Amino acid sequence: MSGQTVKTPTVQKEESMVLQKQLIGDYYDSLGRAPESGKRVVSTFVPGNLAELLRSFDLLPILPEINALQSGMRKLSANYIAEAEKQGHSEDVCTYVKCDIGMLKSGSIGPTGVKLPNPDLLLLSYTGCFTFLKWFELLRQEYQCPVAMLHVPYLSGGRIEPHHVDYVVKQLRTEVIPKLEQVSGRRYDEARLSEMLALSVKAEDDFVWVLESAKHEPSPIDAYFGGVYYIGPIFTAFRGSEAGVEYYRTLREEIAERIRLGLGPVTPEGTMEKQRYRLVVEGPPNWTSFREFWKMFYDEGAVVVASTYTKVGGLYDRGFRHDPNRPLESLAEYCLGCYTNLGLPSRVDLLERYVRDYRADGFMINSVKSCNSFSVGQLLMLRQLEQRTGVPGGFIESDLVDPRYFSFANIKNRIESYIQMLEQKRMTRMPA
Amino acid sequence: MSAVEILLGIDLGSTTTKAIALDHAGRVLGRGITNTRSNYNVASRIVRDEALVQSRFELVRHAIAADPELSRVERSFIGALVRNFRKQQHLEQLERLESALDHCADALRYAPCREAVKEKLHQIDEAIRSRVPGHFSELAVRKSDFFRDLAAADYMWAAERFSDAKSVSFDVLCGLFDAAILEVENAATDGAFERHSGPALEQTLATAPAEIQKRAPKLRAAVESVRTREFRVLGMVGTGYGRQRLPFPKEQVRSEILCHGLGAHAMFAGTRTVLDIGGQDTKAIQIDSSGIVTSFQMNDRCAAGCGRYLGYIADEMNLGLHELGSLAQESTCSVKINSTCTVFAGAELRDRLSLGQKRSDILAGLHRAIMLRAMSILARSGGISDEFTFTGGVARNPAAVSALKELVKQNYGDRTLNISPESIYTGALGAALFAQRASEGRTVA
Amino acid sequence: MNSELEQILNRAQTLYEDVDYKAVAEWKSAGPGRKAIGYMPIYVPRELIHAAGMLSVGIFGGGDRLEIIRGDAYFQSYICHIPRSTIELALSGRLDVLDGMFFPSICDVIRNLSGMFTMLFPERYVRYVDLPQNYDAHVGGEFWRRELIAIREDMARLAGGEISRQNLRNSIRTYNENRRAIRELYEARSESPWFYPISQVYAVLRAGSVLPPQEHTEMIRRYLELAPKESTQPEDRSRVVLTGMFCEQPPLGLLITLERAGCWIITDDLLLGLRWFTGEVREEGDPIENLAEAYLTQSAATASCYSPDGQRGRWLVDAVRQNHADGVIFCAPSFCDPALLEQPMLVSALEHEHIPYTQFKYSEDTGQFAVIREQAGTFSDSIRLWSEA
Repeated sequence: MSGQTVKTPTVQKEESMVLQKQLIGDYYDSLGRAPESGKRVVSTFVPGNLAELLRSFDLLPILPEINALQSGMRKLSANYIAEAEKQGHSEDVCTYVKCDIGMLKSGSIGPTGVKLPNPDLLLLSYTGCFTFLKWFELLRQEYQCPVAMLHVPYLSGGRIEPHHVDYVVKQLRTEVIPKLEQVSGRRYDEARLSEMLALSVKAEDDFVWVLESAKHEPSPIDAYFGGVYYIGPIFTAFRGSEAGVEYYRTLREEIAERIRLGLGPVTPEGTMEKQRYRLVVEGPPNWTSFREFWKMFYDEGAVVVASTYTKVGGLYDRGFRHDPNRPLESLAEYCLGCYTNLGLPSRVDLLERYVRDYRADGFMINSVKSCNSFSVGQLLMLRQLEQRTGVPGGFIESDLVDPRYFSFANIKNRIESYIQMLEQKRMTRMPA
Repeated sequence: MSAVEILLGIDLGSTTTKAIALDHAGRVLGRGITNTRSNYNVASRIVRDEALVQSRFELVRHAIAADPELSRVERSFIGALVRNFRKQQHLEQLERLESALDHCADALRYAPCREAVKEKLHQIDEAIRSRVPGHFSELAVRKSDFFRDLAAADYMWAAERFSDAKSVSFDVLCGLFDAAILEVENAATDGAFERHSGPALEQTLATAPAEIQKRAPKLRAAVESVRTREFRVLGMVGTGYGRQRLPFPKEQVRSEILCHGLGAHAMFAGTRTVLDIGGQDTKAIQIDSSGIVTSFQMNDRCAAGCGRYLGYIADEMNLGLHELGSLAQESTCSVKINSTCTVFAGAELRDRLSLGQKRSDILAGLHRAIMLRAMSILARSGGISDEFTFTGGVARNPAAVSALKELVKQNYGDRTLNISPESIYTGALGAALFAQRASEGRTVA
Repeated sequence: MNSELEQILNRAQTLYEDVDYKAVAEWKSAGPGRKAIGYMPIYVPRELIHAAGMLSVGIFGGGDRLEIIRGDAYFQSYICHIPRSTIELALSGRLDVLDGMFFPSICDVIRNLSGMFTMLFPERYVRYVDLPQNYDAHVGGEFWRRELIAIREDMARLAGGEISRQNLRNSIRTYNENRRAIRELYEARSESPWFYPISQVYAVLRAGSVLPPQEHTEMIRRYLELAPKESTQPEDRSRVVLTGMFCEQPPLGLLITLERAGCWIITDDLLLGLRWFTGEVREEGDPIENLAEAYLTQSAATASCYSPDGQRGRWLVDAVRQNHADGVIFCAPSFCDPALLEQPMLVSALEHEHIPYTQFKYSEDTGQFAVIREQAGTFSDSIRLWSEA
């Protein structure tokens, strides 16, 4: 960097954010217009999200998880959850489900204020989470619409075997595609699918580049809080689209510029100037106090350099790419490789890699009440990771979208204690 | 004389607030504790002032102990001095209480009652004052040292005597007390030593035995010198649950985990694992040989098995908190209790009692259940290494300690278990030590 | 009481209470090279274990008979109890008597628990069994067939021998008999519940988790014969169906409390895995084919298995009708995703048919039954006194 004092970057740092906001806005608008436009709508999940397949049929995906988290961020979820509990749903179960059902019972007004259409099909991509199964069974009852079940087997051994791919591909051919054809009124067009997958690959390359930019010191991104924005398009309706490719290209350029200027990540509090601690985070974020949660890290000068949550909708930084030449097989491999579909030992391996490759000072686990898929076993993972990496692990507890389970004081207490512990350790390592 | 340099640590807990004052060499000079339910600013002021008062007494004690002529009477003189001081303090508080009760009576909605109420209050005031000497006599055993507790007990006793369902009811009198006590707690507490040490000294000397009387001039001088001594607070660090609310700059606030770790290390240098069971949370902390935290786990989402839980049980059984442990130890056959959920504590207890289970057996089971929970948090934090220090209010409970010892032995083998009678001050001590480090320019986060 | 009946019941009760699995150790030491394989709820093809000459052992948690000291360190407070007691059993060495362990895909807790076992006991045989959610014979069936073959090969390897088709057919026959006996027990109880108190039925059923199947079948048949001979008067209690208890088991005291509160438990999903198939598995032909086909077409309906026709509550309504039940009691373990997420769908099926129900939660070590007694008692009274004819 030249000797100039001007720190304000000349790069349009907001462009990717502007783009993304537009993408989301347009997407919700098109959902709102679906009844008139005649576009068919298919609900599905982020893990195992077959965006290209749906788009090849001109179908519009709805992602209830995204609706739920958006409701959480906009402080709507507490009421929705209360509504669902009034209808008889247990306090013990996943708050995404309750938020979705509550939203449904309250008129299906989506997070941007647009009325959401009823789905024409529920694509039950049963990937990495048992609750998905019950969620769509509950929705089937509400909407009285057909369901396509895609059972993605669990990788308890951590490796994709040929018979796993085989099973998934067979289900795509015999169960999913026929139902998509029925709903859309179009025939399966493999060529079109392949074209879209080729676009996905481009976006994936840029996306991985962005994730790995955090290996720099200082890191130009926050790979957890900031990461949540970066995964948006690729985990939802925009993978395999030109808009998606453009977004990731723009994002990559912006981040490259930040690196050139030696800048830290953009945060709601401003650009992060001082990065005192590099952390790896395991677990989903809390949505209802997202900004306050981020600020706790920011206040401590803690930047997240890698996270596992940014792999729930697909793990791309271990080499996987969609393959236009093997469309259905690579869609199967994509589903199988999603983070929550990996056995616990593989998750620990991945986290260990992240701690080393990203030169982290420590790691933090956000244990989320709603999500057994993530949470069960995290205490063991904590011990194992500490032993294997030698860096300390922090442990906090919260929830996805139920504000009753986010205690600001408790969490801040634990984070502060953890950071102070890191600092003390660092002090004692310094020469006298 | 040069100013006394003081380092302060303040620990704001959910149930009590504590303070420790250290001298520049890191030795404890004084402690303060309060159970006020007022805001944290008030609580921290009260404990700071109390710690400074105790520090002054400590300095008096030093002065007396250092003089060969006076050291013989050190204990008896200081003992009497402190008692009389406390009495003066109590009387000052009582005066404030009386005046506050008067204001509150003024605010009573029905003017006709007001006269009757004030008449009763007057009678109550007199009755309470008559009990004061008894509370502070040499052999008195007070159930609590907190003004609120003593005053409430006396007030309720008197109110029962003087209340009259037809004119001034017990409820009305209670309501007045609840309002008035807040006013008293919020009043300034500094300068107590300056105000009361003189009168306390004179009272002590007036009623002292000959061997003290003949040393009066020197004793007076010792007290006087301390009374006028300047205290300079070199540094102050806040910790504990409420630390966010204090108007302390960020550098003067430390996490309670770190303070507990350092405090435990200061009390017992061989400590490697610390268990703290507070009013509403349980902390398991691993520290290294310098008192630095290497790992920790907390359970702060749920008060099961914490001090508050025992409080509910005590209330249900109509016992004092401090009586639970000894009753539990009378058990011959512990009852197996599976859950320490505070929500069901009362119902579960009543159920078991109605089934004919003995109180001591139920309590023994409860204590074991609490310690089982603590064991699991300890396991999550990395286990129990030698030496193992147990802090917090529950550490004063003999049944809890013995249940813990058994579980430690069963699961980890022999471990040296450290418990200090001052363990409730562990966090404040650690905070004060951090203040010391900061003042020495040691850059610690 | 007839002395043989008493003996049977004492034996069953002893087996139930034994968290040290002494019966398994005894069975192993009674013959050379004997091995035992554990499995958790719900369904595991025990025939494959049996055909290898090994004993299958149902691990259903420590209930209220096990103090949890280490187990709690591994799980946050909002997770059900069974994984805690299972880890406790394992870490305290009580599962050392097993030579392997199966974890079926009942939910994410048990799924992740299998991963924890893999990490805590790297030298042991641990297998997660992913039950197929696709019921097409060529798709899910193919997947499941392949899985069964893999399990068969693993069992053969562990046992140190081959598993012939005939071995497997014999095992299928043995378990068919066992399932038949259990079905008859349930039918008999449904017809005359006063002869078969729940505490006895449960203990006898649960003995099947540690006894060799033939011995278990024997026990059931003897019990079926002897129990009605005890002179017991029929009582007018409410006939209820219990559901939600297919994994973490309730304490026996809870079941007894329900009866005492005025209910006959005439059918339930307790220990569902022990009676998974609703009919017979074919005994001739390719046994792997037969097991696969039976899974696809004759599996009990339960929350963890997808229901392609969307008729989630039908089995429950049918169970109520076929057993002439007065109502349903939903008893789910706290934090149990399958049971609790399923419940609203089952409830709406019941409401549609005007079948009364009540609900509560438990954990396997619940010690307090007063509230449940009240609730069940009120329910039982209300359906007896005020239900439509």
